[in-house]
Amino acid sequence: MIQVIDLTFSYGQNPAVFQNFNWEVQRGEAWAVLGPSGCGKSTLLYLLAGLYLPVSGNIIVDGEPLQRPRPQSGLIIQDYGLLPWATVRQNASLGLRVRNFYGPDGKHTPQDFIPEQNVLPWLKRLGLEQVADMYPGQISGGQRQRTAIARTLALNPDLLLMDEPFSSLDAPTREGLQALTLELQQEHALTLVLVTHAIEEAALLGKKILLLNQPPNIQANIIHNPDAGSPEYRHSPHYMEICYKLRAQMEMS
Amino acid sequence: MKRRDLIFALLLLVVMWQAAAWLVNRPILPSPWLVAQVFCQELGKGLASHFLVSFWRVLASTILSIALAAPAGLILGQSPRLNRFFSPLIYLTYPIPKVVFVPLVLLFLGIGDSAKIVIIFLILFFQILVLVRDSASGLRPELIQSVRSLGAGRRALFRFVYLPASLPAILTALRQSVGTAVAVLYVAELYATTKGLGYYIYLNGSTLLNYPAMYAGIIAMSLLGLGLYFSVDWLEKRLCPYKSN
Repeated sequence: MIQVIDLTFSYGQNPAVFQNFNWEVQRGEAWAVLGPSGCGKSTLLYLLAGLYLPVSGNIIVDGEPLQRPRPQSGLIIQDYGLLPWATVRQNASLGLRVRNFYGPDGKHTPQDFIPEQNVLPWLKRLGLEQVADMYPGQISGGQRQRTAIARTLALNPDLLLMDEPFSSLDAPTREGLQALTLELQQEHALTLVLVTHAIEEAALLGKKILLLNQPPNIQANIIHNPDAGSPEYRHSPHYMEICYKLRAQMEMS
Repeated sequence: MKRRDLIFALLLLVVMWQAAAWLVNRPILPSPWLVAQVFCQELGKGLASHFLVSFWRVLASTILSIALAAPAGLILGQSPRLNRFFSPLIYLTYPIPKVVFVPLVLLFLGIGDSAKIVIIFLILFFQILVLVRDSASGLRPELIQSVRSLGAGRRALFRFVYLPASLPAILTALRQSVGTAVAVLYVAELYATTKGLGYYIYLNGSTLLNYPAMYAGIIAMSLLGLGLYFSVDWLEKRLCPYKSN
């Protein structure tokens, strides 16, 4: 699904964040990208989203070298992603409205796109029906993130990119949304790349975990976590083991 | 604000006016009742057309300044390079009280509507330009990125993000400057014109010495200012409902 080949990236004249970095994600896999602040994990996600372009090397998504945001990829960020002047319903349908605006041009909108505005099924699925006509400023942080998820999933993506999506939420809300993410990922056979700085979140959501360190990142450090994939995993000894292992590796670097 | 409170405040003003009229007891301060009667009579005798001329001047300059300043502000807000180039220019010209240009604009554009429209335009233009620019440049990059990730290119960003984001800025600019605009209109209408409320007030107060009519003109000008202010308020409630919620 994703091939990162000899990727080098830096911000302007600053030292490289990635240097000849190689990494691969198979279709339908659930990945967590874990690392301390400033390690380049959000940068990697923005590169995968096509919002940044590599200095050298290639990012190939679904067989195509990435030159711009790809209509079948969905990106969910930590905060500030919703339009403050639009209701939950309008925000959730924003992606569809953008697609209707361009029409199926293959560039901004997939060529097989059928004009569609109805996001009600998604609002129902994510429990947002009651707040559909409210503004982002009037609802809770968890509801805001659900709205962002509805907006992205309404576009029927095959790749879901999430940048610290739950880090500003309280623990019960966060756990609820983590469970929802697992559910949706399995339901829609999504390829998931979730960036987080929380060891527990990476261990819960990522069947594979990419551990990044202080830049430059040269080699992909991958930790396998095959038993992840359900909220109950949180209570298993395997989970504890993985958390311990991740913590040890993060501290070592 | 409740409608009831507004009516109460209006009544209070009228009562204070009446009390002052009794105390002063001179023709230069007629009672509100007399002025109200004269106002109604004068409407039929030309006050209405003076009002409409003034209203047209404010409206035309408002539309003109939105049409030019909002796109310019959006472009500057989106392009840091252009903004770096123009912002010293704006910085120097923005604080100049535009009313000092009244004689100058009159010299260049002569009598007639265009001079008055240009003067008000100068006031509104800079106010809208600066506020729209700041609101466009104040949009969080995360918001822009996340909308771009939905497939939005430049055109869709303009339609779905920049345009709706600049709407409240335009309305705030209008709200802040509509009073100044009417004040400057008054000054502009003192010169080289025989139409407009400014002319009407000056003519009745200084030449005809018809004080009740002068007061009727002042009322008309206040109604113009209030009406514009209320319209901006109403538009804001209609177009930016998320602000009042």
